[in-house]
Amino acid sequence: MVLHTVNQAPHSSQCLTDCLRVISAPAALLLIEDGSYAATVANAPLFDNLDCNIDCYVLLPDLEARGLLTLVSPRFTPISDCAFVALSTQCQRVQSWY
Amino acid sequence: MSQAGSILLVLRHSPYSSQIAREALDAALTAAAFEVPVSLLFLNDGVYQLISEQQPEQLRAKNLSKALPALALYDIDQIYTSKSCLDIRGLNAAALCITAEPLDDAAVARLFHQYQHILSF
Repeated sequence: MVLHTVNQAPHSSQCLTDCLRVISAPAALLLIEDGSYAATVANAPLFDNLDCNIDCYVLLPDLEARGLLTLVSPRFTPISDCAFVALSTQCQRVQSWY
Repeated sequence: MSQAGSILLVLRHSPYSSQIAREALDAALTAAAFEVPVSLLFLNDGVYQLISEQQPEQLRAKNLSKALPALALYDIDQIYTSKSCLDIRGLNAAALCITAEPLDDAAVARLFHQYQHILSF
């Protein structure tokens, strides 16, 4: 499994678009830092064409810091720093989009 | 005709990816302390600075949504944002941490001509 991390906001960077263009299962997507802005309901359409077998995560401390906890899309599962570490170890490869 | 010495601060970056949002706020408060007429324009990802109930303490960052209300204490009341930038990010102008007037793109364009100086953050 490949873990893809994205750390840039969707409207100021091509990182998320570039990632979504080439991500394929088996994979997990994790939004971190400013990438967490993409996990909001308003940005849910960005993921309409994403394979539903790809699990979508967002880092909880980054959501909370940015005031996004009440805005997050149900497609995304918020995870702790510890869960991020666990996910990294479960995935054989990590691709960082930054 | 622009007001003598007036400054438009243009804030275009999200709050915690760097120190730039904090530096913009410091610049605004400093200018206001010297009684320089200051207006703020939150554009692009800068509108994310306006989200209420930010909790960045666990990132060891200062809480910008708690600092922005200080602008009113410095008599900085000309605070603008972009309706299109809010809309594209799903943010509601009525639910921000401070009052910012949402402008259409034409009004934002005019704003750039109405000040003697522009500081870009």
